[in-house]
Amino acid sequence: MSKKSFRQAINEALRQEMRRDPRVILMGEDVAGGQGGSADNPDAWGGVLGVTKGLYTEFGAERVFDTPISEASYIGAAAGAAATGLRPVAELMFVDFIGSCLDQVMNQAAKFRYMFGGKARTPLVIRAMYGAGFSAAAQHSQALYPLFTHIPGLKVVIPSSPYEAKGLLIEAIRDDDPVIFLENKVMYDDEEDVPDDSYTIPFGEANLTREGDDVTIVAFGRMVNFANQAADRLEKEGITCTVIDPRTTSPLDTGTILDCVAETGRLVIVDESSPRCNMATDVAALVAEEAFDALKAPIRRVTPPHTPVPFASVLENLYMPDPARIEAAVKSVMGYKAKQEA
Amino acid sequence: MAGTITPVTMPKFGLAMTEGKLADWLVSPGDAVTAGQELAEIETTKITNVYESPAAGTLRRQVAPAGETLPVGALLGVLAGSDVSDAEIDAFIEKFQSEFVAGDEDGADEASSEPEMLDVGTRRLRVQDTGARDAGVPLLLIHGFGGDLTNWMLNQGDLSGTTRVITFDLPGHGESTKDVGDGTPAMLAAVARDLLDALGIDRAHIGGHSMGGAVALELARLAPERVASLSLIAPAGLGKTINQEFIDGFITADRRKTLEPVLQLLVHDKGLVSRQMVEGIIRFKRLDGAVAGLTTLAKASFENGQQKENLRPLLEAYKGPVQVLWGAEDEILPVSGSEGLPSEVPVSIFPGTGHMPQLEKAAEINAKLKDFAAKS
Repeated sequence: MSKKSFRQAINEALRQEMRRDPRVILMGEDVAGGQGGSADNPDAWGGVLGVTKGLYTEFGAERVFDTPISEASYIGAAAGAAATGLRPVAELMFVDFIGSCLDQVMNQAAKFRYMFGGKARTPLVIRAMYGAGFSAAAQHSQALYPLFTHIPGLKVVIPSSPYEAKGLLIEAIRDDDPVIFLENKVMYDDEEDVPDDSYTIPFGEANLTREGDDVTIVAFGRMVNFANQAADRLEKEGITCTVIDPRTTSPLDTGTILDCVAETGRLVIVDESSPRCNMATDVAALVAEEAFDALKAPIRRVTPPHTPVPFASVLENLYMPDPARIEAAVKSVMGYKAKQEA
Repeated sequence: MAGTITPVTMPKFGLAMTEGKLADWLVSPGDAVTAGQELAEIETTKITNVYESPAAGTLRRQVAPAGETLPVGALLGVLAGSDVSDAEIDAFIEKFQSEFVAGDEDGADEASSEPEMLDVGTRRLRVQDTGARDAGVPLLLIHGFGGDLTNWMLNQGDLSGTTRVITFDLPGHGESTKDVGDGTPAMLAAVARDLLDALGIDRAHIGGHSMGGAVALELARLAPERVASLSLIAPAGLGKTINQEFIDGFITADRRKTLEPVLQLLVHDKGLVSRQMVEGIIRFKRLDGAVAGLTTLAKASFENGQQKENLRPLLEAYKGPVQVLWGAEDEILPVSGSEGLPSEVPVSIFPGTGHMPQLEKAAEINAKLKDFAAKS
C-alpha cells in the first residue's frame, strides 16, 4: 500500500490488467507517444496528461497503439475488436469528442448484446476526461455522463478518488459489456493510499463516505469531495450529513439512496453536469416517486446553470458547484418550514 | 500532592494513529474522577475506544469540545484537585498550548515505523517489526482468520516499550500474498517459522489469537526449540465448536450493511465496530484472491460449526510455558474451550469481553503478555 495519484492508480490498473490478460489492448489518440514523442523515444508522454505513460514500453506496438484523429474509426474498431474477442480500452481523450463517434457507441456497441439475442459480448471500455475547472473552454469541459446513462446497454462509471479509480477500472476491464469510464481532469494529481495489488469494486454499489442524521447528499465524481468538505463544515454547526457516492450512474444503486433518504428525510443532489435531464433530475424523480412520504423538505439540486462551460476562469468558478453552494443548499432544506394549511 | 495539575491529552491508540476525534465527554466539568475511570470516547480511523483517566482528581476544564478532531498529544481537558485555583488552571493551559507541537509526542520514531513487505520463502508478507533489538527474547504475534496485523494495534506500541514485537499479515490476509497453500494451521505455522528465519530470530515468545492460536500450537509442534512460550488468546483447536455464521458471513458479506453485523459478533461492546473498520475489511476482501484464500482457510479448519482439529495434544506435548486468555462473552469460539486444560496452564477469563480481548481489554492483555514473558 502506498500513496498514489489518480493518474498513477489508473495507469496501474491498466498495467496490471494488461499483464493478467493478453486480450487487453489500448488504443487512442497519443496513448503511446503523444506530445514530445519520436521514433527513438515513442513513450515520451503517454497521452495528453501522461496517464498511459510506460505502457507502450512494456507492452509494445501490438497492444498500445496511437490512432489517427478519427474518433469514428477507432471507437468503431474498438467495438468490433471487443465483439470478436479482445478487451480493448479505447481513450476518447475529452468526452466532448463523443459527438464524432456517437453512432459507434449508441447504435453499435450498446446494442450488440440485445440485438444478437444475448449471444454477443462487447467487453469494451471507453476512457475519457470530463469536467470543468481547467479553463479548457466549452468544447473540452463538459460532464456528459447523463448522455451515456440515458442509453440502455452502456455501463457508466465516475470514480471519485484514486482508490475508487483503480478498483472500478479493473472491474470495467473485466466486465463483458461496454463501459464508459469518466475521469475528472482536475483530479489527476489527487493522492491517497491505494493497494499495490489488483482489486475490484463492483458496479451498482454506492459508497457512503460518511453517515449522518439530518441530510442525505448524493454527489458524483469530483463533487463527492466537495460534498464531504461541505459536510465537514456543517458538522461543526451540528448538522450531520450522509454523503452517497453512487460510483456508477448505470447501474444506479437506487436502494441505498432510498434507504438513506428514509433515514434523513432530506435530500441534496450535487451534479456537475448541465441541469436539464441530468443525474440530479433522475435521482430527484426517483426519490419523489418512491420516498415521497419520507421527505421533510423539498429536494434541492446543486448544479451549474444551463449554459456552455465558460472559458474565463472567474466565470468558470461561478459556473461550478462548490462546497459553499452545497452548504447553503443543506442549510436551506434544514430550515424549510411547511406552509400551514388554510 | 496539593496543587497537582494533570493534563488530559489525545491518546495514541495504535502505531498508525496521528489524530483522533473527541467523540464525546463521559464526565462533566466539576465531576470527581478516579484513576482508570472512563473520561471520554475517542474515535480514530480504525476504532472507537474509551479513554481512561490517567489520574484521580476533578475534571476542572474541558478544553476541547466534543466533536473536535485533534492531533495525538493535544490538550483535551485538565484534571486537578479542588485546591488548585482557576488562575493556576488558566496559566497551565496557556503554557501547555504555547509549547505543544503536534507529532512531537514521545516515541515518535517508533510510532512512525511503517509495516514493510518482506520476501519469506515463496511468499511476500507484510511485517511490522518494532521495539528494541537487544531487549531479550522477541514476541511474535499471530492474528486470526480474517484479521491482519492491525488486530494488534493496541498492543504492539505498548509492548514495544520493553521488547521487540513482530506482527504480520498471514498468507491470504491483509497485504500479504494470497497463496494459502492447503490452508491448514500447520502450513501457516511453517510460514511463521520461515518468517523467524528471515528476521534472524532463533527463539520468540509466541502470541496467537483465534486461528492464530492454532497456528502457534502448530509452530510449537513443528519447531518447539523456536518457541519460548505460548500465549493463546481465544485460540482455535481447544474447543469443539465454532460460530459458522461468522465464518460464512465473513466470506460472503460484500457490503457494509451485511458485513457490519458479522463483525459485531467479534466484540462484546458492539460500538467498537467503526465504519472504517468495516470499510477496511471490505477493501481487503476486494483484493484478487482474498475470498478464495479465506474459503480455503475456513474449509481447512472449520466445518458445519465444528472445529476439524483437536490441538489439545499439541498443547500437552509442548514443554514450555503456556497461558490461555479468553473473553467470557466470546461469540465465535466459546470460552468453554478453556476448560479442562492441564493444571499448570494459567487461564485468565475476562468478563464482559468478546472474541477480541486484545482490543477490548488491551491494557490487561498487554500486562499478561509482559508478565508471562518476564517469568518465562
